[in-house]
Amino acid sequence: MIKAMLEYQFLQNAFWAGILASIVCGVIGVIIVEKKLVMMSGGIAHTSYGGVGFGYWTGIEPVLGALVFSVAAALGIGYIKRKGGTRSDVVISLLWSLGMALGILFIALMPGYPPDISSYLFGSILSVTQTDLYMMTGETLIVVLAVAAFYNHWKAYLFDEEFASVIGIRTAFFEYFLLILIAMTVVVLIRVVGIILVLALLTSPAATAAIFTANLKKRMIYSVLIGNVFCFAGLWISYRMNIASGASIVVISVLSYLTAYLVHGRTGKIKTSSGSHGIRL
Amino acid sequence: MSQESIEKACAQAVRIRNLSVVFGQRPVLEDIGLEVAEGDYLGIIGPNGGGKSTLLKAILGLIEPASGTVAVFGEAPKKNKGVIGYVPQFADMDRHFPITLREVVLTGRLKQGMAPFFRFSREDKEIVGNLLEKVGLAELADRQIYQLSGGEFQKMLIARALAVHPRLLLLDEPTASVDAASRDQIFSLLAELNQSMTIILVTHDLLAVLSEVRSLACLNGRLVYHGEPELNERIVNSLYGCPVDLVAHGVPHRVLKTHGEGGSQ
Repeated sequence: MIKAMLEYQFLQNAFWAGILASIVCGVIGVIIVEKKLVMMSGGIAHTSYGGVGFGYWTGIEPVLGALVFSVAAALGIGYIKRKGGTRSDVVISLLWSLGMALGILFIALMPGYPPDISSYLFGSILSVTQTDLYMMTGETLIVVLAVAAFYNHWKAYLFDEEFASVIGIRTAFFEYFLLILIAMTVVVLIRVVGIILVLALLTSPAATAAIFTANLKKRMIYSVLIGNVFCFAGLWISYRMNIASGASIVVISVLSYLTAYLVHGRTGKIKTSSGSHGIRL
Repeated sequence: MSQESIEKACAQAVRIRNLSVVFGQRPVLEDIGLEVAEGDYLGIIGPNGGGKSTLLKAILGLIEPASGTVAVFGEAPKKNKGVIGYVPQFADMDRHFPITLREVVLTGRLKQGMAPFFRFSREDKEIVGNLLEKVGLAELADRQIYQLSGGEFQKMLIARALAVHPRLLLLDEPTASVDAASRDQIFSLLAELNQSMTIILVTHDLLAVLSEVRSLACLNGRLVYHGEPELNERIVNSLYGCPVDLVAHGVPHRVLKTHGEGGSQ
């Protein structure tokens, strides 16, 4: 595969796409898991399908349409969550379905033969184009810079929003900012694992990393590395067996997490019974 | 405003006028008027759902009142960031968040607004080190918070509130889930802190309220009582709506000051 990689542009693109996806997943995934925003991220991801359809209908780049729709969904969900009154889980599930429905509607409205959109639903890392890569690079840079630049603020906000607000940190800003970063992350992941499978790649590396370390920064770094392993293992299987890359990446992610969880559960018990303090580094 | 009234306003840590707070259709606080002098140590008691935590949040500016005004040192709470130290309710905290005790207390040193690539200064770290000594947690500084006991967690939250260098300290049930030794440490710490700052303490601990605080407020949707830290049956009955046995469990003291052996008032 390495020889093929040097030879074929599409495999090089897939390689870089995997790295970029692992980076955003690692950083944002840890935040999503800790802040319990997994369902909200699912809502944002599925709403973006409307954008893909809109892109095909109007002739703009579908991924750009997905970005606009998912950012709009993020802002909408954030506003409803802050308002409190309406039950946010209801609104999220409605947006979730509405986005998918709009996608199908827009594609039906499109003149001519309908395009193959399953690569947006289930991902196709082997069909990532140069343009996709530029956009993914830009989004990854923004996400990583935003988290690194305000790392201490993020940590205070994530741990205790109320206290952060009391000492004068603009928590409303951070909340919306975080939702927009999630929207950008989702768009990066669409090309790799697709809209429907995004949640696995967002949560699995972060949850696996959480088994090994209780330090937030290390957790993000481990999560990036674990995500890389998942992506390349999935990519290799996809290339070898000629199956959809999104599916193979997701199956690898989920199986790895379950294995790590079960193995840790076993050894964890032994550790505590031997009377150690259970300090995890 | 005359010079005198300005001085008077400054001497008041908190001034609440006609405050009402409504959640949905349900009034939580009705027409509260409360003034807390600078240097006071006010204990707030009341039944669950009586609006104690809500009152604290209104003082912090976390809740928009339906009507009425709140002033902290003469200004609206939103303009007063960094003046108030806040110890939130233990039960509301995420105790499994991946963060160490020292990191939690350091968040109290974050600057207001948005400074990109903000790093804590040597001075910030020194302040936090001293605070950890003060609350007796220095040896546990690098523990993850899920490894702390209830008492250690509460002391950590107090240290974080103090890291702000507040003039007013608000505490919501700081002795909930705390062992007896830590409880005593927390109260002696608060007594010491009261020499340099105003304290408002929400608690279920009736015994502590009567022995520790300088003044007492009883809250049950409305402000039932505000004054000297003494309870009589009339206040307690209007507070809890039914006669309450004022003997703390496991503590061989009666809480009612006026309840002598003879039982006459």
